[in-house]
Amino acid sequence: TLRLVCTTTAVQRKNAGASGPEKYTEAFIKKQIEEFNLGKRHLANMMGEDPETFTQEDIDRAIAYLFPSGLFDKQARPLMKHPTEVFPEQRKIQWGEDGRPFHFLFYTGKQSYYSLMHETYEKLLNVQKHQDQLIAQDLPLPNEKRNLAGNRWLTKIELEEMLVEKVSDEDYSRFIRLLQKLVALPCTDIEEKYIQKFSKEVPAQLQKVVIEPLQYDEQGVAFSTGEGKRKTASATAVVYDNGTGKITVNGIDILHYFPVLQDREQLLFPFQFLGRIGKHDMVCTVSGGGRSAQAGAIRLASAKALRSFVTEKEVEFMRQAGLLTDDPRVKERKKPGQEGPRRKFTWKKR
Amino acid sequence: DDKLLTEPLKHPDFFNVKELFTLKDLFDARVHLGHKKGCRHRFMEPYIFGCRLDQDIIDLDQTMQHLQLALNFTAHVAYRGGIILFVSRKRQFCHLVESTARACGEYAHTRFWQGGLLTNAHVQFGPGVRLPDLLVFLSTLNNVFEPHVAIRDAAKVNIPTVGVVDTNCNPCLITYPIPGNDDSPAAVELYCKLFRMTIIRAKDRRRQSEAVEELR
Repeated sequence: TLRLVCTTTAVQRKNAGASGPEKYTEAFIKKQIEEFNLGKRHLANMMGEDPETFTQEDIDRAIAYLFPSGLFDKQARPLMKHPTEVFPEQRKIQWGEDGRPFHFLFYTGKQSYYSLMHETYEKLLNVQKHQDQLIAQDLPLPNEKRNLAGNRWLTKIELEEMLVEKVSDEDYSRFIRLLQKLVALPCTDIEEKYIQKFSKEVPAQLQKVVIEPLQYDEQGVAFSTGEGKRKTASATAVVYDNGTGKITVNGIDILHYFPVLQDREQLLFPFQFLGRIGKHDMVCTVSGGGRSAQAGAIRLASAKALRSFVTEKEVEFMRQAGLLTDDPRVKERKKPGQEGPRRKFTWKKR
Repeated sequence: DDKLLTEPLKHPDFFNVKELFTLKDLFDARVHLGHKKGCRHRFMEPYIFGCRLDQDIIDLDQTMQHLQLALNFTAHVAYRGGIILFVSRKRQFCHLVESTARACGEYAHTRFWQGGLLTNAHVQFGPGVRLPDLLVFLSTLNNVFEPHVAIRDAAKVNIPTVGVVDTNCNPCLITYPIPGNDDSPAAVELYCKLFRMTIIRAKDRRRQSEAVEELR
């Protein structure tokens, strides 16, 4: 056996397969799992609950009760989780007793990444062969185009997690280019399953937000509610159909509640945008904030209520016009050493 | 165990590698075609048969001898359970070489060669690594038409090398050079086939001899 002569710890690169106290052998992890399960049962007995049905949430609550900690960082507080979550996945020793490595690309250094490239290239060759066969038999090539809009490739971090190995930026971009090349060929149906391992769905923004259906009151008039916030003001708006364009705020007509034209314009903007000025009635309640903040809050609330009356395309138009976004601007705090949030004290030369 | 290891060394061609290829096979696979006269390396002149219309033609008789020696050596290494590493930096044949290595049960490296792979292995891989016992080059040059770093490193770490040297390559540091074409797909497929057959043959022979020894 070779001895490591004059190497400092700084020189030794942290690498998988290197033995030392950081390495977690399989036996060690198994022991940790057994200890965790035993500890879970002890904890359940201590809390007076059934050991069989003691879930991870119960464990977290029990630990927070038994070991209260005022530390700010959540990750610094006492923790009891399953060892597979605590100890990161690491590579075990890559070669057998006789010294021969298990993987045929071991000597390249990045075996998982290069074997992935090898497999993907093999799929590419298969697809090309299939295409050649179809051309040889004079059969028509399938012209279905994949839906590129709803899918994204794996990110670099997700790929690193999948391979349990570090991937550099250029390697990652190379892999993505190879996948794109594979997808660009006409007959990719054979390798769909393989490609789906590396693509994820990205639902469009609108699909996440559920638009509530219209509700009907006693006279059969359709109405819908919306809520909105702006600075410290919060508002709820109820928009009724078959109306004359009357708007009431906290029981008062808008002409009296908002004497300033600018605020009334803000209220009317969603209706003007959709072209429904004289068609809806609105009753709103608002509290908090100032004149302009209340106007903004009611505008947002009414826009959200109007979503139920209108088609999906128009909802997308409203979203792009900025009618449906919460305004995140709040009053900035004053900093010490300055007169206001941005204004510094007067600078005197002497 | 001793007899298993010494028995093959008594015969000049224990694994009968001569029957795997003929001169006609080499000619059909276009192994004799070299590069143009301007690309010729000085140390390849003994292996060149002649020059036609500025293109060098490699002497296939010498190729036969060298190929037989090289295949015999790989067979012996495989028989004794050695690690064989296929190296090639040609992008067209990367997939082919890797598949050949996988089929034999040996190892391949057709990607970017990290500097300290052989010389700094214990730091890169971890203490207790076993280095390859033979390096097989399907192409001695890298993508910049310079001699591959692995030739020099293998010589430093005392690892024997077998390599296919073309007319623009330097055969100096390679223990068993094989003068021949390394650019045509037909030639490279022929080499892969020959190496694969020798290694599988040697391993099967080893398993047979071990079974025979156990029966006694």
